Amino acid sequence: MAGTAVRRRLTWQVATVAAVFDETATVRTIELGAPDWAGHRAGQHLDVRLTAENGYTAERSYSIASAPGEPVAITVQRLDDGEVSPYLTTELRAGDELEVRGPIGGYFVWDADAAASPLLLAAGGSGIVPLRSILRHRARSGTAVPARLLYSVRSLPDVIYRSELDQYAASASVTYALTRQAPPGWTGHRGRVNAALLADVAWPAGRDPVAYVCGPTSFVETVAEGLVSLGYPPPQVKTERFGGPGGP
Amino acid sequence: MSPISRGFHGRRSEEAAAPGRVPPGQYVTHDFPVLSAGPTPHVPTGAWTFSIRQAGEVVKSWTWQEMRALPAETVTADIHCVTRWSKLDTQWEAVSIDTLLEQAGAEAAFVLAFSDGGYSTNLPIDDVTGGRAWLAFGYDGEPLDPEHGGPARLLVPHLYFWKSAKWVRGLELLDQDEPGFWETYGYHMYGDPWQEQRYAGD
Amino acid sequence: MDALDGNAIGGVLHEVFGTEMTAATATCASCGATGPVALFTVFLRAPGIVARCRVCSAVVMVIVSAKGMNCVDLRGLARLDAA
Repeated sequence: MAGTAVRRRLTWQVATVAAVFDETATVRTIELGAPDWAGHRAGQHLDVRLTAENGYTAERSYSIASAPGEPVAITVQRLDDGEVSPYLTTELRAGDELEVRGPIGGYFVWDADAAASPLLLAAGGSGIVPLRSILRHRARSGTAVPARLLYSVRSLPDVIYRSELDQYAASASVTYALTRQAPPGWTGHRGRVNAALLADVAWPAGRDPVAYVCGPTSFVETVAEGLVSLGYPPPQVKTERFGGPGGP
Repeated sequence: MSPISRGFHGRRSEEAAAPGRVPPGQYVTHDFPVLSAGPTPHVPTGAWTFSIRQAGEVVKSWTWQEMRALPAETVTADIHCVTRWSKLDTQWEAVSIDTLLEQAGAEAAFVLAFSDGGYSTNLPIDDVTGGRAWLAFGYDGEPLDPEHGGPARLLVPHLYFWKSAKWVRGLELLDQDEPGFWETYGYHMYGDPWQEQRYAGD
Repeated sequence: MDALDGNAIGGVLHEVFGTEMTAATATCASCGATGPVALFTVFLRAPGIVARCRVCSAVVMVIVSAKGMNCVDLRGLARLDAA
């Protein structure tokens, strides 16, 4: 199915919350049961629509956190002044219904069976979510495609999926950039991702890599421009901007 | 039929706290949301001008210094955005559009306000005169932030706030009402929040 | 609030066009720049959705959803090819 355009009506459907799991103090993963779910590709997202009793509706988009073949799940970061994320991360519980539309996306997607190029994944804050779907898909497919993850967060407690990412360390190098606070003895990168760190971590352009960059807009612009400066052809730097500020 | 999301309330309305001040379908906000159809222009005041135009000609134009030399006033107003938020008692430093039109000495039935970045919006002349509209250069005691339309924006509080064009650079005087940016895409030509005139046909 | 990109309007575009559109190739009518819809600079926090050419900032697409309908203006595009 990879690479083909699937012409299919995209409609809102009612999903049921199967389980919720708190990844960090402000981040929650919501696993959904959606009987009409057509399956998804790594990197895609879905739209969520909430309806209040007075008919007021709010819609937001969230990246799918699970791999193709797994039950669909989203990971939501709570924004203090948000309208939807506080509801999803604190009020919503197993058994509740949620209207969803998806899966959405055909640009920011990665398919294990079509892949040969080394993968560079760069995440800022909650931008890790679609990249985690890619990493899970890569692990489940057993592909030998080499991968590197660069993950920029404010501090270590803000890392989402920490124990899972630690497990990938054997087959994919994981580099953290801590932008606000580092633990005593931290020898890793401090501060925002810069050209020097990118040059250090990114696959050399000669390996013909493909990059997926996701997070706040300013993070994505900085990293994407940096990779192009390192010789990555722009079509091989895929970007997904989450807006901002609110990132690392 | 969409299921009701248990426990979801959206933005809570504080209408009870301000009876008669909040138009139908609005909720009161205490922050100042930034809505934009494009990137924020950054125009230095040294390069800024405001013009009244008619039939392809500039009737009158002011530099920043000339505009700031005009009598200005503090305006306190409630503002209502078509996206449903309302903000009460906002304070602006502004020059009345009456002052500008009087100096221009031209007459027309309608205006089309035009802005840096290509935005425009239309209004009847009665709605930008008689003390109902201003060119605002200050907000809350400070120079107007570019994010909120600075160096100067139109301020027409009695209509939905999309009519208060940010980054405004002038008024085109017209005989006929011509739709501006959002009006072209189906938003109401007039936009009275008290009659909930959000879309054409409302 | 920073601008997003065309990925953010994937859902409404799929609804409007009946197919996935973020990977579609678009050509700006103003400057001729060609690239995926996913790279549009997108402003969501407005009375409607405004998508601009990443290269020249000209408006390429406007979507207003009101009264149960989507009104889509594509005049800013010289060409749009679904993948």
